[in-house]
Amino acid sequence: MRYHTPDSFEDASAIAAAASGTTRFLAGGTDVLVQLRSDLVEPDDLIDVKHIPGVKDIAQTADGGWRIGAAVSGAEMMAHAGLRAAWPGVVEATDLIGSTQIQTRCTMVGNLCNGSPAADSVPALVAAGATATIVGPNGTREAAVEDIPTGPGRLSLAKGEVVSALNLPAGHGGDAYLRFIPRTEMDIAVVGCGVSLARDGDVITSARVSLGAVAPTVLLVADAATALIGSRLEEAPLAQLAAAASAACNPIDDKRGTIKFRTHVAGVLAQRAAKIAYDRAGA
Amino acid sequence: MIQVSTTINGDEHQFVCDPRETLLDVLRDRLGLTGAKEGCGTGDCGACTVEIGGRPVCSCLMLGAEAEGKEITTVEGIADGEDLHPLQVNFIKHAALQCGICTPGILVATKALLEENPNPTETEVRYWLAGNLCRCTGYDKIIRAVMETAAEMRENA
Repeated sequence: MRYHTPDSFEDASAIAAAASGTTRFLAGGTDVLVQLRSDLVEPDDLIDVKHIPGVKDIAQTADGGWRIGAAVSGAEMMAHAGLRAAWPGVVEATDLIGSTQIQTRCTMVGNLCNGSPAADSVPALVAAGATATIVGPNGTREAAVEDIPTGPGRLSLAKGEVVSALNLPAGHGGDAYLRFIPRTEMDIAVVGCGVSLARDGDVITSARVSLGAVAPTVLLVADAATALIGSRLEEAPLAQLAAAASAACNPIDDKRGTIKFRTHVAGVLAQRAAKIAYDRAGA
Repeated sequence: MIQVSTTINGDEHQFVCDPRETLLDVLRDRLGLTGAKEGCGTGDCGACTVEIGGRPVCSCLMLGAEAEGKEITTVEGIADGEDLHPLQVNFIKHAALQCGICTPGILVATKALLEENPNPTETEVRYWLAGNLCRCTGYDKIIRAVMETAAEMRENA
């Protein structure tokens, strides 16, 4: 295994593009090192992005949005008052990942690029309308977060492409992420749900709803958002929201959650997350 | 092989390691610092916890090569010479350990907590230590030792 420490994403991309064997990018390492140590994946080239200037930065952009570098840890997001105020759901979702020790190292970009359908930060990012900045052999492009995972462990990134940062729009309303786990801490989502919405007075003017762990990829559920828009979160639209969320589910059936359970809980969590997001949007 | 310079418990160290070696491998097998333990090797149990930049880290989930330029504290660096850290004193007093495999990681993780938050609630201590598994004590004695240490350290601050 060759260990690389490039000082730009262009160099990181060039190393990956030229590599003939298995390549992994290293940020927090909380997934890559587990795979390495359990002999699931032994990269021929391991490309550590933490020496690249700016990868640890949380920066507010000119339009009020946020740019979060590829190596920003969960603990660093929790410590950032401005980001927490603008996107509490995204920050709380990331904070749910692993233990205190994992929070020191884990990153949202790693959570996204590991490709797990149960990744906690990804539904929150999708609900928030986040985009990823991707550096590749043909230059830099932006993609919606929901377009990046294509299946468990699989991404739409081409050979040599690397995510350099995630971009959140200016905080315009409220967001929330909830997950169901059978314990209180240190577990993988059985269902996760992110909701982001904006209000004009009491009326919801825009919304995005995302589900995790109920399909091969994290889902953006347009019908669930439609149920919310124009409503004041009364009983009827909440029931429509739950029905739309449950209808979008295509989950696995395992000891951690049956198909019936996951499908039902998706609707319950969507309602609860929508209520939190609604209150935050009105605050 | 990769050459790495780092600071561990205040002392400068230089070592050479294979790129696949974790920081835990390096600490135990190359530097003779066997306080950090390998429990699971996958970041679940916390027995390998060390402190870097004031935060606890699983040294099994970090490469030795990533330690370049870092300041690392292991359980060996917690006591001041022969004087035990108040956490160590209270872990003995409360019998907050039996087999002892988890203890180095819990001491390092808890020291980082009390430096960040000198007055944690019991709930905060329990959540902070969610990534430190102990199969002997049932945790209660650990929590009591931590709470008493926090109170003592606040009085003496």
